Amino acid sequence: MQEDKLSDDIKNIVKKWEGKKGSLIMILHDVQNIYGYVPRETSLQLSKYMDVPLARIYEVITFYHFFKLVPPGKHLVQVCMGTACYLKGASELLHELRDILGVREGGTSKDGLFQLEVVRCLGCCGLAPVMKIDEKVYSKVGKDRVADIIAEYEEEQVAK
Amino acid sequence: MDKKIIYIKDTSFALDRTKDVHAILLNGLRDRGMQDSVQAVRVADIGAYNQGVVVKVLPDTTYYGVKDEDLGRILDAVKQGTVVKELAARKEPGQLRIVLRNCGVIDPESIEEYMANEGYQAIKKVLFGLKTQDNTIDEMKKSGLRGRGGAGYPTWMKWNFAKKMASDQKYVICNGDEGDPGAYMDRSVLEGDPHSVVEGMMIAGFSVGASVGYFYIRAEYPLAVERIQKAIDQCYANGLLGKNILGSDFNFDLEIRLGAGAFVCGEETALIASIEGKRGAPHPRPPYPSVKGLWDKPTVINNVETLANVAYIINRGGDAFAKVGTQTSKGTKVFALTGKVKNSGLVEVPMGTTIREIVFDIGGGVYKNKNIKAVQTGGPSGGVIPKDFLDTPVDYENLQKLGSIMGSGGMIVMDEDDCMVDIARFYQRFCFDESCGKCSPCRIGTAQMLGFLSKIAEGRGEIGDLDNLRRIAQSMQRAALCGLGQTAPNPVISTLRYYEDEYRVHILDKKCPSKKCRDLLSYKIIPEKCKKCGLCFMNCEAKAITGNKDDGYIIDMNKCVRCGRCFEVCKFKAVGKE
Repeated sequence: MQEDKLSDDIKNIVKKWEGKKGSLIMILHDVQNIYGYVPRETSLQLSKYMDVPLARIYEVITFYHFFKLVPPGKHLVQVCMGTACYLKGASELLHELRDILGVREGGTSKDGLFQLEVVRCLGCCGLAPVMKIDEKVYSKVGKDRVADIIAEYEEEQVAK
Repeated sequence: MDKKIIYIKDTSFALDRTKDVHAILLNGLRDRGMQDSVQAVRVADIGAYNQGVVVKVLPDTTYYGVKDEDLGRILDAVKQGTVVKELAARKEPGQLRIVLRNCGVIDPESIEEYMANEGYQAIKKVLFGLKTQDNTIDEMKKSGLRGRGGAGYPTWMKWNFAKKMASDQKYVICNGDEGDPGAYMDRSVLEGDPHSVVEGMMIAGFSVGASVGYFYIRAEYPLAVERIQKAIDQCYANGLLGKNILGSDFNFDLEIRLGAGAFVCGEETALIASIEGKRGAPHPRPPYPSVKGLWDKPTVINNVETLANVAYIINRGGDAFAKVGTQTSKGTKVFALTGKVKNSGLVEVPMGTTIREIVFDIGGGVYKNKNIKAVQTGGPSGGVIPKDFLDTPVDYENLQKLGSIMGSGGMIVMDEDDCMVDIARFYQRFCFDESCGKCSPCRIGTAQMLGFLSKIAEGRGEIGDLDNLRRIAQSMQRAALCGLGQTAPNPVISTLRYYEDEYRVHILDKKCPSKKCRDLLSYKIIPEKCKKCGLCFMNCEAKAITGNKDDGYIIDMNKCVRCGRCFEVCKFKAVGKE
């Protein structure tokens, strides 16, 4: 069942980009929008439908930082490592997050709640250092605030 | 409608107060019978940060940190046409808004507002006034506009090369892959004034004879993507895109392609590969994209900020534009002024403004009143400019002479606490991560340089490392395939040029003068200041602090992991760091 549905989604995406040159990256964006990552089965199906070797799809996925091959944690925690944030203490912030969540960048915490990522620049350098959890931006985050912020999300989960 | 009030919430506030402020303003306007003559608009960004609620009365009065009770007085002043002096902030000194002319002034999602502000007049002038490609390119030549993406290549020359190529299909691309960490002007323009970039694309397309244009935008900028898509849709609905635009025989289509987080894609040939759906690896140039670009067709790639200048130039004329700026660099430049500066934000200044004016007059000086050490421009491809050169007028040539580049416009202020070895290492790590791996000078060079820098920062440096760094840097500059690799050594070269002493102290004395390099720090407890409270002892997770409340405490540097916790928790400044 699951696999049939998968195919439909993929078919729609491929159809949307049919006849347009160089659409592989855009298709992968659409796939990741649905699943949060690019599942291997999807890549296999894409390879079949689009008549593109699987290696070429993986070449693209692994080249770009944006595409993920494993499901992300429930909440995406992004720490900005742009120059302004770095100067204002983003690396201490990152250390603190690593300690609290028990994962390194790119990893998912044991409870599956948090995915820790480092991003290049969120483009709001005036608010440095910045971290983002899902769509919410936390500005001027001192490392003493990190535990409280993470706890909010954990409590929310418990409440559910 | 003679006046408008614009206000914005401070994004650093946890609470969104703009709704309340909006309501108070609307009520206030009604009470004063001004609801028809004054409009209050909530905007996303006016380029100010950390200022509380900002109320801007167009054209040029700005109130920062406005409290609810001040709003009435501001409205009274608007009614009388005066200014509440004690609340009004400095006028933005020395700024001139060309690129940012509409940002924060118009609603970016409304084509009507853009049209009311000279919008799409330039494309009309091009199609029905200037009429030919040559006339349009000529106007750009008069303006002297140079590419704002980094290298500063004259825009008209780029267009002219592509125009001269005979081909059944040509393309124009807007490079919105702003990957330079610490720079966000392209994002602000795409989000704040998408139509002006769209219009710039149309004019570029007409000038070179392209019928298709692509926006290449970072996937990390979803709002920019959304706004550009909306602008494109509105243009199709208004006959400004598609076939026979405005009844002329000019056809032009625009589409968006998303980047996927690869810094190298800011490089022209890598960007083209990415639009073609491939991994973003660069190609050797020549052939240049204007000869053989996207799908082997002649292609012009312009930066967002460059394109945002185009409609203004056409409307006002190239000569008028050329009056602003210096001999070789015309117009204005938008900088993302960040780092250790009091007022960070976007600033747009005429070329030729000095760095001191930007940092001190506009930026308000250094954060926490510390001493400025240097200013970094050009991101990972640029260099540091020491404080002795702050009076240098900013233009392409001057920055290059100092060993930096204009780059896309990041300007990062560094104070005396910032370590230059650490900065060089930061940028080198960035280039190392982002190197696409196609050519060996860049792939191996960045790794080797990072290795040497880490060695120095971790106290294992040898004096010969400096020569090694210089040698690798030189080979990379000469041999790397694309701009990323050729410029990746720049932060190292420029810090070595001006701050070799600092490197030497790291290597010979194993000390970091700015106390930034963790491995070179040592902590000790100053007995005269210590009150023997034991706070450091309790907080030391490495158990490197021993002692008791009677005899005092000492730190064992062999066990210390240099986390700095004791230094932070001590209320009596009794923990020394050096």
